[in-house]
Amino acid sequence: MTVTPAVDPVRPEAVQTAKRKLKGAGEPKAKPKSRKSFAMFLSIVPFLILVFLFSYFPLYGWIYSLFDYRPARGLDGSEFVGLQWFELLVSSPTQLKQIGQVMANTLGMSFLGIATSILPLAFAVFLNEIKAKWFKNIVQTLTTLPNFISWVLVYMIAFSLFSTTGLVNTVLIDSGLITIPMKFLDSDQNVWLTMMAWSIWKGLGWGAIMYLAAIAGIDQSLYESAKVDGAGRFKTMWYITVPQLMPTYFVLLLLSIANLLNNGMEQYYVFQNAFNKEYIQVLDLYVYNVGITGNSLSMATAISMLKSIISVILLLTVNWLAKRVRGTALI
Amino acid sequence: MTAAVHSGTTAIREEKGSFAFKAFNYLVFVLFALICAYPFYYLIINSISSNDLSAQGDIRWLPEGFHLENYREVFQLPGLGRAALVSLGRTVLGTVATVLASAFLGFMFTQARLWGRAFWYRAVVITMYFNAGLIPVFIIMKTLGLTNNFWVYILPFIVQPFNIILVKTFVESMPESLQEAAEVDGANVFQVFWRIVLPNMTPILATVAIFSAVAQWNSFQDTLLYITDQSLYTLQFLLYMFINQAASLASAAQQAGGNLGSIASAATNQTATSIRMTVSVIVVLPIIFIYPLFQRFFVKGIMLGAVKG
Repeated sequence: MTVTPAVDPVRPEAVQTAKRKLKGAGEPKAKPKSRKSFAMFLSIVPFLILVFLFSYFPLYGWIYSLFDYRPARGLDGSEFVGLQWFELLVSSPTQLKQIGQVMANTLGMSFLGIATSILPLAFAVFLNEIKAKWFKNIVQTLTTLPNFISWVLVYMIAFSLFSTTGLVNTVLIDSGLITIPMKFLDSDQNVWLTMMAWSIWKGLGWGAIMYLAAIAGIDQSLYESAKVDGAGRFKTMWYITVPQLMPTYFVLLLLSIANLLNNGMEQYYVFQNAFNKEYIQVLDLYVYNVGITGNSLSMATAISMLKSIISVILLLTVNWLAKRVRGTALI
Repeated sequence: MTAAVHSGTTAIREEKGSFAFKAFNYLVFVLFALICAYPFYYLIINSISSNDLSAQGDIRWLPEGFHLENYREVFQLPGLGRAALVSLGRTVLGTVATVLASAFLGFMFTQARLWGRAFWYRAVVITMYFNAGLIPVFIIMKTLGLTNNFWVYILPFIVQPFNIILVKTFVESMPESLQEAAEVDGANVFQVFWRIVLPNMTPILATVAIFSAVAQWNSFQDTLLYITDQSLYTLQFLLYMFINQAASLASAAQQAGGNLGSIASAATNQTATSIRMTVSVIVVLPIIFIYPLFQRFFVKGIMLGAVKG
């Protein structure tokens, strides 16, 4: 192994150091230096081991998708079944229907998320029209707070407001509008939309922060010249602010396309119940339900393996697209 | 003259439209801010109000029958004090560990002398973009003996590629003369890190720390997946159980209420509602308190992330 340090393309000064190092390579000092360089490496080894254990080693676990894995028997005692689980996924009509519904939920909710991804941008553009600084600060603090609580707590809030004995139902009953409490949570109606609404409640204010910062960076002379040209409030918003935010929006849009299959499971897990299960089960939750609740570890591995592969392909595609369109890659 | 009159009327018209727009704009933001904030307020007033009123859903705008008994009694629930310790422990330990690791690795990856620097850096960063999946990770955790083990809350959390990128970018923006001067004085790379670089990194480390602490405090999924031993439950997990298991909660409530027995009145008797509300407030209060103080660090974090991401 050579001691030539890797050259970082984004740091011209690194090239300088590298050249300096190369010049000294033939001198007697070279040996202690390489020893030092290796000692430095040794100091990060414990961390590299952690990365290997928790990120790379689990890839080996994909092998479980080829076995009928039973934890009690271990991998050696489990039967090798080849591609049985993958075939099973598409073999029976019931299974196919279930997977179809899970995919519909996953993509449906992802697309709803993408469709509403313009909201944080609009939030920022309109908040920017308010001149009172104290008001902006209060709005920002209050609307970003939900982003920092857990989904369990969001569910607790949903429970205390929307359960059959919750605030909304007691208010409606007290005012005589309804006599039987409405079932907001234990219901298979509008599950996608309710999930979308909670995502917006939690994420909108925070999502706007990046756009607000981008707005703060817009060259003020653009606004001044627009004003001189007679552009009113809406015209400057539409022709100056919005176009300036488009690059940021575009990057986030591409990332959300790359994450089409990665809805995460926490939100859907906490809101899941016997009534809404059919429509709330996204891919991540399905993997959990099949693997942990249903105890079919091999089957669940097969599904999550397919998911991981498709996600990486999506990410690379989107990255390639970004390179073609914008000239810079996302990752 | 006509021109002046004309421009005058448009100005008035514009002002009127502008006023309507402004009023509407303010109104929408006030409404949304209230929708965001009211649920928190609702939890808090219900946790300090008369328990029988709150169980009926009568506490909506102002607390009634103010008392703080709930906060004393809720800690007598089986497992709650322990869960609070676990949550606190993982938050403190996990945050310290990831802050130190991110600082050290972020710094080391700027050092051209590091053996195989570019390779190892890439090997770490690329893990942000793929995931073997829930079940393979679950099986590996089991193999490593990390199920029902407190360290499952800490170890997988230590090396965070995103934090490392943040720190690395930050160190690269520091004046090189700082490190060079120390090296001329004969300090080795670890001394440079510990004495020179680390003390100058506090702004970025504050950002990393605050994000990690919130993530640790809020974490729920790892308990769900890896923990069945009740002594390792976190507050988040306990709260989730309290919401879903009304029956067990009622008996727990009786146990807690039983301590006061005869002197307890209906107003301070624990109900399922009072316990849920109080535990929720205990879970959310640290966030509410630290958030306004550290808001600028959060904002800085997301901006730095945007530069790279």
